Amino acid sequence: MAVQTQMQSSRPGASEPAASRAGLKMDARDVKVFYGSKQALRGIDLSVGECQVTALIGPSGCGKSTFLRCLNRMNDTIENCRVEGLITLDGQDVYDRSIDVVQLRARVGMVFQKPNPFPKSIYDNVSYGPRIHGLAAGRDEMDEVVQKSLQRAGLWNEVKDRLREPGTGLSGGQQQRLCIARAIAVSPEVILMDEPCSALDPIATAHIEELIDELRENYTIVIVTHNMQQAARVSQRTAFFHLGEMVEVGDTEEIFTNPRDERTQGYITGRYG
Amino acid sequence: MTDFAANDRPMPVYQSDAFARRLRRRYAAERRFRLYGIAAIGVALGMLAILLGSIVSKGYTAFWQHDVVLEINFDPQEIDPAGTRDPAVLGGANYQALAREALRERFPEVDSRSDRRALNDLLSVGAAYELRSMVLENPDLIGTRQAVRLPLSDDADQLLKGNIRREVGQTERRVDDRQIGWIDALEADGAVVSGFNWRLMANGDSREPELAGIYAAAIGSALTLMITLAMAVPIGVSAAVYLEEFAPKNRWTDLIEVNINNLAAVPSIVFGLLGLAVFLNLFGLPRSAPVVGGIVLALMSLPTIIITTRAALKAVPPSIREAALGIGASRLQVVGHHVLPLAMPGVLTGTIIAMAQALGETAPLLMIGMVAFIVDIPGGFTDAATVLPVTIFMWADSPERAFVERTSAAIMVLLAFLIAMNALAIILRKKFERRW
Repeated sequence: MAVQTQMQSSRPGASEPAASRAGLKMDARDVKVFYGSKQALRGIDLSVGECQVTALIGPSGCGKSTFLRCLNRMNDTIENCRVEGLITLDGQDVYDRSIDVVQLRARVGMVFQKPNPFPKSIYDNVSYGPRIHGLAAGRDEMDEVVQKSLQRAGLWNEVKDRLREPGTGLSGGQQQRLCIARAIAVSPEVILMDEPCSALDPIATAHIEELIDELRENYTIVIVTHNMQQAARVSQRTAFFHLGEMVEVGDTEEIFTNPRDERTQGYITGRYG
Repeated sequence: MTDFAANDRPMPVYQSDAFARRLRRRYAAERRFRLYGIAAIGVALGMLAILLGSIVSKGYTAFWQHDVVLEINFDPQEIDPAGTRDPAVLGGANYQALAREALRERFPEVDSRSDRRALNDLLSVGAAYELRSMVLENPDLIGTRQAVRLPLSDDADQLLKGNIRREVGQTERRVDDRQIGWIDALEADGAVVSGFNWRLMANGDSREPELAGIYAAAIGSALTLMITLAMAVPIGVSAAVYLEEFAPKNRWTDLIEVNINNLAAVPSIVFGLLGLAVFLNLFGLPRSAPVVGGIVLALMSLPTIIITTRAALKAVPPSIREAALGIGASRLQVVGHHVLPLAMPGVLTGTIIAMAQALGETAPLLMIGMVAFIVDIPGGFTDAATVLPVTIFMWADSPERAFVERTSAAIMVLLAFLIAMNALAIILRKKFERRW
């Protein structure tokens, strides 16, 4: 408790480097999240650049996943969860009344920690999103969407002969790539990834990391990770969270080589976390 | 405190006698516990075996019945003196006289009034009905002589099955010595035949045990269950989906949940009283009708369906919901496309268990008049009807010896239905079960 209050009093400016190289895609200003009476986020300011990978790192329970889930309003489904502050997508407030949350989640897709394919066929997994959003007219177009999504997720060659088999029968890494294919099938602008590799072995992880690097060309990606090497490898910008605050944000290289805050330094050098 | 670094002395604790004793005690306790479990299962299975054994041993004889083959003279003078072949005339003829005539022909020596009555008592009153329907179906029989298979009375049947003991004094049994003599004579002649008791399966209820059947009750049960199913499943599943997936978690929903759980424990007769007060007295629905019985049983099975459906919905992993929400499915789509289909095996199991419970329910139906003695086979949801368990209840109440075995037989039929329904539940669950 004492640590927490001390942290709060010594809250740093945490201002970002003046201009990110890429255009601004999503922007969070003074975001506070409460679960009941417990405050999980204490005023986060963070901007997400277009076609960039932004990594959120920090010890467990520091609020990175909570923040990630604010970006596509997945927190709406949690009882007693209250979000304050402003989050914009292309300058538009995502918590505005006029925003349709279903449409928002189609634009801001999500990949979860544990691979969670639907217990349906591989084809149905990928085609589900386009089907409910009416993105493909007719079978041929749907086949094309499915193929393209699986190709982009780097899974096509492995599954093209067994599209009718259940998605749950794939290996863990394949399942996670299937989930990524499912997310990109609805042509989102932003993809949120919540520790996408934490349940995977190193080879599958390397596969996903390559994939993230390729996806960067077309999509804006925000990734939460516990693996600092991963953050260093895949991201262009990194934000360090600690106890519900964002301590520091900057270019990944700079955060890892020359952190300004000693808590950041302590974390990335493995002194705590 | 202790110096663990010192390795010059052996580990004292794990090799001591005290430790060995503790270990032995632990093994003994485990063995005892396992024995208790086996004993408990043994007792439970034993009880079940006694129950089933007593029902089957009492009831299996009801599945066959003794008939007598008599040479019937379809006398035109008796049936249709004017020769009109008018169904009204044919239906009104005295067929009992024909049957009795045929029996008397076999025993010409019987002439005193009381002897003749005793002889007539060997034949079931159903013999007349069966002759009548034969003639109505085929009027060409009139004027011919035919060997016809007719039901014996329940007492004669019981004697032939050995359920009436011959060695007791004749005042203490339902069949006197004269009748035993005639039955033995008929049997010696080969006129007594026994076969599967179709009347038990195809007839409605009757005061005469040899004619009583469960068909009308089975139809009544089917009609009642149809109403129950049609009402309870949509309402129960919708309520469960709303409470589990959409409703906010607050004091009101907590209150509703507590009340649903309490309703599941309310004695079923209370639902019957509610049905009597509301559906019969207030809404004026017909008495003894499957529609009212179905509604009452639906009310009774709603809590079961809601509770099992909620449990099934809860068992669907939240990751599936998140996955669907994450690609922009609305909450209704999440439930309709993913959660409910995955919960379906559980929902089906709950539904079938609730239906099996409803099928075996008696008390609430007594309150709404389904306990009435109803002979006719119900033709619709508003006809007077009764159900299988109520028939069992009424037969168990009847004094005739023959109803004892019929009660057990009806219980066996009801159990067969219940086993079939539970088997269906298991098959459906296995079929739709998915892994994730």
